Amino acid sequence: MIDAKDKSSIIQMFHVHKHYGSKKALIDINLNVSKNEFLFISGPSGAGKSTLLRLLYLGEPVSEGQVLVDGMNLSRISKKRIPLLRRKFGIIFQDYKLISTKTVFDNVALVLEASGKKRKFIEKKVRSVLRTVGIEQRINVLPHSLSGGEQQRVAVARAVVGVPKIILADEPTGSLDSDSADIILNLLKGFHTHGGTVIVATHDKELIRKAGRRTLYLKQGRMLGPTPI
Amino acid sequence: MATYYHRAVKDIKDNGFLSAVTIITIALSILIVSAFALFFTNANNVMNYWEKGIKIMAYLKPGISQKNFPDIKLKIQGIYGIQNVNFISKEEAFERLKEQMKRQSSILMDLNENPLPDAFEISMIASSQSCEKVEEIATKIESLPSIEDVEYGQKWLERFTNIFDLFRLAGYAMGGILFMAAVFIVANTIRLVIYTRREEIKIMRLVGASEKFIRVPFYIESIIQGTLGGIIGIAALFIIFKLISSNVEHGFKYELLNIKFLSPEFYCGIILCSMFVGWLGCYISLKQFLKA
Ligand SMILES: Nc1ncnc2c1ncn2[C@@H]1O[C@H](COP(=O)(O)OP(=O)(O)O)[C@@H](O)[C@H]1O
Ligand SMILES: [Mg+2]
Repeated sequence: MIDAKDKSSIIQMFHVHKHYGSKKALIDINLNVSKNEFLFISGPSGAGKSTLLRLLYLGEPVSEGQVLVDGMNLSRISKKRIPLLRRKFGIIFQDYKLISTKTVFDNVALVLEASGKKRKFIEKKVRSVLRTVGIEQRINVLPHSLSGGEQQRVAVARAVVGVPKIILADEPTGSLDSDSADIILNLLKGFHTHGGTVIVATHDKELIRKAGRRTLYLKQGRMLGPTPI
Repeated sequence: MATYYHRAVKDIKDNGFLSAVTIITIALSILIVSAFALFFTNANNVMNYWEKGIKIMAYLKPGISQKNFPDIKLKIQGIYGIQNVNFISKEEAFERLKEQMKRQSSILMDLNENPLPDAFEISMIASSQSCEKVEEIATKIESLPSIEDVEYGQKWLERFTNIFDLFRLAGYAMGGILFMAAVFIVANTIRLVIYTRREEIKIMRLVGASEKFIRVPFYIESIIQGTLGGIIGIAALFIIFKLISSNVEHGFKYELLNIKFLSPEFYCGIILCSMFVGWLGCYISLKQFLKA
């Protein structure tokens, strides 16, 4: 019934509900994301955008319904395999979630260490990714000495360094000036060009307009579709 | 593995004070426990030495005729655990007594009759030289009809053994308590480290780190602490031992006080135990505080 009938889709949600106690954050969500799609999920604050992303990487379990990610049925996945699921994603968190006691380099390297890569490879790869996002000069500083835009770029670097299949970005331009926002958008586009799937949750209309991609709107936990009525 | 090790060492350095306190606590526990062990192994050696010298004296009833002696001797020799049976006639015993009491031998001269009984002096084979075995044998000998009484210096040896056993029991109890204390200290250290790193651990999980990746450094960290604590404790004991034993040996050189340090097997065992303490403390802490 919930086989991935569509070979080209990488994420599917079937009648997904999520409540926090009696609060309904998501109601009957159906979603199909194709491989190499660049998708925006928008809607007012409190609509359920962040919650939807969290369900995808099992940041939280669904209350009802089924979620498939790249052939994995999230309601059947064993605890042991959750790390495998998470390595399919590169996640850019709204609050960056950089480790404050680790340098920029170590923050990014962590992803590769966790997947058991060799020291030499990590050294090279992390440097090259940090060069791509344009902060190779700040490689040995702690995150709190970086500006918001720079921290966001480190977060992007950490999201892409493990070459994940999917990038999830939650309000990636939230508190950034428009120049920094452009840099982030271009980095995401770059990842997409190389074959990756990107899902961005944002209420930033300017960003959506500039990107010009498929956008789905949420409102009070319900999927409205491609128009924000 | 190398990255695990580096992360563990970094953790120990980052939490320097906490790690130092943990290591010192383990070292102190190990010091106390191994000091007990040292005392007991040496006391045991002394006891064995004394036990080796134990002989049973079996005194014959008066008026048993001389021609029965070989028969009695054979009977005694037939008891399991006996090495040698030596007949000591009352005359011989009297001579020995005179010898021992040279100065006061005049007292003996006053006796007009030899008050001593004929006796057998009995020694045991090595495996029967413990207190209980000797007692067992003595009881068997005593039950022979021609034997009036046996003597084997049991009273003081028994009392000493009892005190010794009491000490040993106290040693085990103390060892047990210190073991738990050390485990608790390690567990607490790891708990605090987990607490200070809780944000980091959460983020690690979010970027796809496995539980093994997260936990192994904690294990390495606490096993390192256990090992260091064990080595320091044993080293401290060794230094104290050297200081004391050199003083004692200057004072009086006695065969009995030929005290030895713990055998390599023994102290390696203690260090292994200390590593286990580290492991166990970590295991308990992770089980309790690092729920996935
Ligand atoms: N952990 C939580 N506990 C309780 N309620 C939550 C939690 N997370 C989100 N919510 C609620 O769910 C709704 C959707 O939240 P969220 O997904 O963060 O919205 P958005 O990201 O679109 O602003 C909100 O009403 C929010 O208050
Ligand atoms: Mg949100």
